[in-house]
Amino acid sequence: MTYLDHAATTPMLEEVISTVSQQMHTVGNASSLHTSGRAARRMVEEARERLAAALDARPSEVVFTGGGTESDNLAIKGIYLARRAENPARTRLLVSAVEHHAVLDAVQWLAAHEGAEVEFLPVDGYGMLDPAALAASIERDPESVALVSVMWANNEVGTVQPIAEIAELTAEHGIALHSDAVQAVGALPVSFAASGVDAMTVTAHKLGGPYGTGALLLKREVSCVPLLHGGGQERDVRSGTLDTPGIVGFALAAELAVQRRAASAARLAELRDQLISGIRAQVPDVLLNGHPTERLPGNAHLSFPGCEGDSLLMLLDARGIECSTGSACSAGVAQASHVLIAMGADEPRARGSLRLSLGHTSSEADVLAVIDSIAAVVERARRAGMASGALTAASLPAAARPSGSQLSSLGGRI
Amino acid sequence: MRVLAAMSGGVDSAVAAARAVDAGWDVTGVHLALSRQPATLRTGSRGCCSVEDSHDARRSADVLGIPFYIWDFAERFQAEVIDDFVAEYEVGHTPNPCLRCNEKIKFAALLDKALALGFDAVVTGHHAKLIDGQLMRSVDAGKDQSYVLAVLTAEQLSHAVFPLGDSTKDQVRAEAAQRGLAVADKPDSHDICFIADGNTQGFLQKQLGERPGDIVDSSGAVLGAHSGAFGFTVGQRKGLNLTTPAPGGEPRYVLSIQPKSNTVVVGSARDLEVDLVCCARPVWTSSALTADFECLVQLRAHGMVSGAAITLAADGQLVARLTEPQRGVAPGQALVMYDGDRVLGSATITSAERVCMTA
Repeated sequence: MTYLDHAATTPMLEEVISTVSQQMHTVGNASSLHTSGRAARRMVEEARERLAAALDARPSEVVFTGGGTESDNLAIKGIYLARRAENPARTRLLVSAVEHHAVLDAVQWLAAHEGAEVEFLPVDGYGMLDPAALAASIERDPESVALVSVMWANNEVGTVQPIAEIAELTAEHGIALHSDAVQAVGALPVSFAASGVDAMTVTAHKLGGPYGTGALLLKREVSCVPLLHGGGQERDVRSGTLDTPGIVGFALAAELAVQRRAASAARLAELRDQLISGIRAQVPDVLLNGHPTERLPGNAHLSFPGCEGDSLLMLLDARGIECSTGSACSAGVAQASHVLIAMGADEPRARGSLRLSLGHTSSEADVLAVIDSIAAVVERARRAGMASGALTAASLPAAARPSGSQLSSLGGRI
Repeated sequence: MRVLAAMSGGVDSAVAAARAVDAGWDVTGVHLALSRQPATLRTGSRGCCSVEDSHDARRSADVLGIPFYIWDFAERFQAEVIDDFVAEYEVGHTPNPCLRCNEKIKFAALLDKALALGFDAVVTGHHAKLIDGQLMRSVDAGKDQSYVLAVLTAEQLSHAVFPLGDSTKDQVRAEAAQRGLAVADKPDSHDICFIADGNTQGFLQKQLGERPGDIVDSSGAVLGAHSGAFGFTVGQRKGLNLTTPAPGGEPRYVLSIQPKSNTVVVGSARDLEVDLVCCARPVWTSSALTADFECLVQLRAHGMVSGAAITLAADGQLVARLTEPQRGVAPGQALVMYDGDRVLGSATITSAERVCMTA
């Protein structure tokens, strides 16, 4: 099997599996006062220190959560509510148009229920935010901005955002900055302390750790209203019995991912480039989405004109190659990706896209397997695209048809 | 053989897919997403279009151990089925959207895509038989769906597989339970899948707006008012809200809908009876018939079967002279021709009248 969906989840590391299972044999609620409780607490605190060290943060900045979605929700809702409580004029939320749904849907919920005014910051054809657009948006009324949220690297097209520049702008105005760094850790150098980010989302299962364990790195001086009330286990910002085995596994996975990052990123970038150029040799009109150089090392996001992403996915799956369509799955129905639409792609390009994401188990054999299959798969998917007539360029009214220039201006080729 | 099993999330398509697996074929399950904003949970008697239904289909595919995907046909469905449905009502016809969906989606858009992707056939859970390429009624007369399949050409049928035609619905449910399919006792769907609350008139009014007009009798006398002629169907008795009672108090029925004058014509049950049905666009499910012939005809999805003498006109029109007059023959519905249980073909009803008053 050729697994090329590491951006969705990456295989758990053997070291992590054995550490987590070992910890699962041990009883103890980290909040209990007896010996077993203290032993569990010690494991959690050591894991907190190790995770903090791996991400260049302070242990007291680590708030363990149930994963990336919870961390995003906690940051967006919690910081918005806290900062608005401090100053009722702070109702603006500035977020990039290419955020994950965990951020987008959270800000939309705040707009619907908590009077937030949301501004979606535009991105260029590569999916990159223009800091000048953020600056202009902030400067319209800096006092009214509750929070800025821009992801570190995009989960779909892999484009890396200029976080340092963004952090300078928010710091200048004393505005809180959140960044979803779920895809970045282990792929790019990530220092929480140096980044200027106030709150950062990370999760274990993208690093070879267990599912359902994540953290929000939250600066000590940033106040955040809790979403889950109860025992107040995590700094009174997050309640719930701590998942000791998951947390221990998360810390180990993060440590290993950071230790191996430089070598791994170089290896994956080389494989990725081989994959892209190999596909291009087979399918000359393939289009690369996302930034040609400022992108995640393991991400290849491609559009195949005339194809439906779901046909490509099925045909590759039947050949033992697993990847993802470029679209977010909403309620079981594939919708054209909001990321590609924000980048200016037309719907056929958005729908005809595939994300192939490499990770620690990927090898040259995986790349060759794709290159070996892609021509036949694309040819067949193209015929199916014509046959089903759904949203192929030819079936659209002239006004909706993509023009050649539109297609090539979108990120283009590397 | 590589086949694509269309899985609605209901019990029939799940068992059909299971039988395809048993036949030793390479089966892939596909659920058609027909709405861009599907409801989360199934409501009422709709059976295929909610997220819950797609989950049911997925769980059945899991149990069968076959790959499963959701394909988005929402746009095609809107254009070919829903828009057509509204347009047909607007001109005073009574369309059958299930038939249209088979003709334009399942055995056109889906089948074409399946063939292009390398599949040999599409398997569905329709209650009908295919024997040597001949479309036949199901053994379960109450569940028979040959009527809504009679719009398919021989070419389309050559790539269709209906594994349930020899089983009754009860047998299908029992088999589903035996196979451990959770949908075994899922209720049947009845209503039009894209009209969530089952209120067709309300749906049409939302699409077409209010268009008030008169309800008249055959002489043109005004008996009442309506808010849109498109909301009526030939043979309808309820919901007329007539202000003038009929002489003798006998019930009145919709005889015809006149879209140009926006009037609805009503009359007695006897006025409703017709014995001459004119149709257009015949489709032959096996070989095309060219000479006049006698056969059985069915004029609605359920019931309304009569003997008929069929005359084929040179201009593609088809005329059926019924041996027994029928009530409620609505333009837009299909006339399906049978030789016993074997489907010969179908045509779209354009008009109907009473010519032989002694019949």
